[in-house]
Amino acid sequence: MFGNLSDRLVDTFKNLRSKGKLTPADIDATLREIRRALLEADVALEVVKNFITAVRDRALGDEVSKALNPAQQVVQIVNEELVQILGGEQRKLAFAKNPPTVIMLAGLQGSGKTTLAGKLAKWLKDQGQTPILVAADLQRPNAVNQLQVVGERVGVPVFAPEPGNGKGNPVKVAKESIKHAKQKMFSVVIVDTAGRLGIDEDLMNEARDIRNAIDPDEVLFVIDSMIGQDAVNVAKAFEDGVGITGVVLTKLDGDARGGAALSVASVTGKPIIFASNGEGMDAFEPFYPDRMASRILDMGDILTLIEQAQKQFDEVEAQKMAEKIAKNEFTLEDFMEQMQQLRKMGNIKNMIAMMPGAGKMREQLDNFDEREIDRTEAIIRSMTPAERRQPKILNGSRRLRIAKGSGMTVTDVNSLVNRFEQASKMMKTMQKGGVPQGMPGMPAGMGRIAPPKKKDKGKKGSKSGNPAKRAAEAQGKPFSGQKPESGSSFGL
Amino acid sequence: MAFLFWKKKKGEEPTPEPIVEEVIESVIEEVAPQPEAKPEPKPVAKAKPEKVQEVVLPKRKFAKGIKSLFSRIKFDVENLDELEDVLIQADFGVDAAEKIVADVKAAAKKSGAATEAELKAILADIIAESLKREDAELNLSSGQLPYVVLVVGVNGVGKTTTIGKLSKYLAEAGSKVVIAAADTFRAAAVDQIATWAERAGATLIRPKVEGQDPASVAFEGVEAAITQAADVLIIDTAGRLQNKVDLMNELEKIRRVVEKSGVIAEVLLVIDATTGQNGLVQAKAFAEVAKVTGIALTKLDGTAKGGIVYSIQKDLGIPVKLVGVGEGIDDFAFFDSREFANGLVK
Repeated sequence: MFGNLSDRLVDTFKNLRSKGKLTPADIDATLREIRRALLEADVALEVVKNFITAVRDRALGDEVSKALNPAQQVVQIVNEELVQILGGEQRKLAFAKNPPTVIMLAGLQGSGKTTLAGKLAKWLKDQGQTPILVAADLQRPNAVNQLQVVGERVGVPVFAPEPGNGKGNPVKVAKESIKHAKQKMFSVVIVDTAGRLGIDEDLMNEARDIRNAIDPDEVLFVIDSMIGQDAVNVAKAFEDGVGITGVVLTKLDGDARGGAALSVASVTGKPIIFASNGEGMDAFEPFYPDRMASRILDMGDILTLIEQAQKQFDEVEAQKMAEKIAKNEFTLEDFMEQMQQLRKMGNIKNMIAMMPGAGKMREQLDNFDEREIDRTEAIIRSMTPAERRQPKILNGSRRLRIAKGSGMTVTDVNSLVNRFEQASKMMKTMQKGGVPQGMPGMPAGMGRIAPPKKKDKGKKGSKSGNPAKRAAEAQGKPFSGQKPESGSSFGL
Repeated sequence: MAFLFWKKKKGEEPTPEPIVEEVIESVIEEVAPQPEAKPEPKPVAKAKPEKVQEVVLPKRKFAKGIKSLFSRIKFDVENLDELEDVLIQADFGVDAAEKIVADVKAAAKKSGAATEAELKAILADIIAESLKREDAELNLSSGQLPYVVLVVGVNGVGKTTTIGKLSKYLAEAGSKVVIAAADTFRAAAVDQIATWAERAGATLIRPKVEGQDPASVAFEGVEAAITQAADVLIIDTAGRLQNKVDLMNELEKIRRVVEKSGVIAEVLLVIDATTGQNGLVQAKAFAEVAKVTGIALTKLDGTAKGGIVYSIQKDLGIPVKLVGVGEGIDDFAFFDSREFANGLVK
């Protein structure tokens, strides 16, 4: 929908390529794009203004004019400043010296407090703690009930003496819960409170009363990553009204850029401690400021991508594959294995979208059907082992049989065989040191995953079997293939 | 803003059994205080005009819900550029803000407006005019009962609450409302909607087993609404993020299944007023999959302005129909562009 920042900056920088030095006007042009990107990412205007001023001061200084690539240096500064505001280093949850540790959750309606309470409880339990959930949201219909179900799902007891739905006193419930937790030796108490608006004085007073009654070690402000400019007002209201110690960002599995993170962090000065990113009770992790910075700038989440690739990619397999390619023994069987390797890394579309410069491919990406891989797999699975190894023997009647077996048409089979032949050719080119010119219609970037072995040896000091990381190490910049801007090595 | 819808009158209900019941209901209806109910208005699609009864629901204001944009800056010809900042802060987005400022500038130049009051009037006019739609009313007038309203949106925007309020409102106006609890995913969602259904006096169709396929609950809802001769069926769905392909496919399935025996009158996308620019992405995705016919803008009682609906309505052509302004069952109203614009500017 929106062109992303990296795309726009690529355009801005095109004009700067010839220049070794940036003028203040160049920097301002770059900063204007960055301002717009931040606003489109929902960073609050006042935060953007201060931010741009800070970046400008630094960008006009020595470090940029002396840099080899000044334009990229500006982006680097922006990124650094973002990470700085987002909390620099991660902060860990604070535990009380004498249990129980008391954690209070507060936030707007619908920010995801109850679900988060469950995730947090599970996370703590997995770490050997004995948490208890406290149902102090007595406002929303069946919030108590919901917490009970959540508690049951994660196997954590719920303290819920009041039925809710407007009945009962949340302050009293919270207070009693601490007593209860001490008695029953629970190590962490997680108090779920009702959603409230920052301007609702009565409810803010009530939240303050709860806080005073339980003296929490952490007051976590739970905020939806889709929130817009109002994030500053809300954060201020909760900081002033309740007093918060940390922030949790929810629904990060959506596609909102999450500029609110920056607004909240810079307005309250409080660290973002956790990120919640899915509907499962495990979809919860510590917050990584650097990744969030990349996300807000829409610069591609390189770290996540590399980590995923490292986690999933089998090095031994990759070596074997590279050797096969080198010996020109690459078969449809191998092709299928490669697709499955790629599969393990997750949604391929998401993976590609995470890469810098992916914006250029966005339209094609939208048209890319993940199920194409299923179909390809079905076709290959309908072949005999002999056919997979020697696609040359595929005559008309074999192709018809395969088409019937896989529920596809002969045309589909033909096109797969053609693509495979092209890909094999391309790999031979790469083997000889050439650059592939794109692999039309190939759903998976085989060339990227298993580059010729020869090249590996050339890069000293790299221990990684992961081409992504290798490239990043070697070039000291985001990896996206030999031609970072084309992205064509993915054949999309 | 008058909100009308057409109700078929008794005897022409397709199913024979409920006739007796219906006649009774009709008597009650005619006796019950419905001051604005005029019998026999303009002809509608299939229903025979003389057998259709117009129901005019009471007017509602949502002024309570909108906070002025201009608490901080003084607004005059000199600082029209600051207007852009103000609009950005109301989540209008950079492009829309630039466009509106340009329009205000042009109009001010043309009319020679100089005072704050004049400029505000111009701004209000521009916003109100661009958001004005003929089709901003709920589409409950085709005569094809039951009117099926599908409610969709991302997690935590207030779908269930909106359904509760709307049900109460329709029930009060004399409609028989059935709610299908097709959010079978979130913990205790069914209980939550059950509480609202009870408050609103609507019939609830529950999933038979936990985690039942939402499409089947929706289907049972349609069946129940037909056999019970309900006027309106509202289907609650689970919150889903628009980038989750499987969940969006599920929504498509719900639509498909409902259409087997019913006609979907409205697909309401619920948008939280605090939502930033992602709201446009949400609307686009839901419009594609669920064929959204209207927006319900919730949580306008906070400090958020809900400016994103401007872009949603302008870029995607989807009218804003309802607004939610609080947690109470009566805290909602029908969207009125003039009211919205005046609220922002005053």
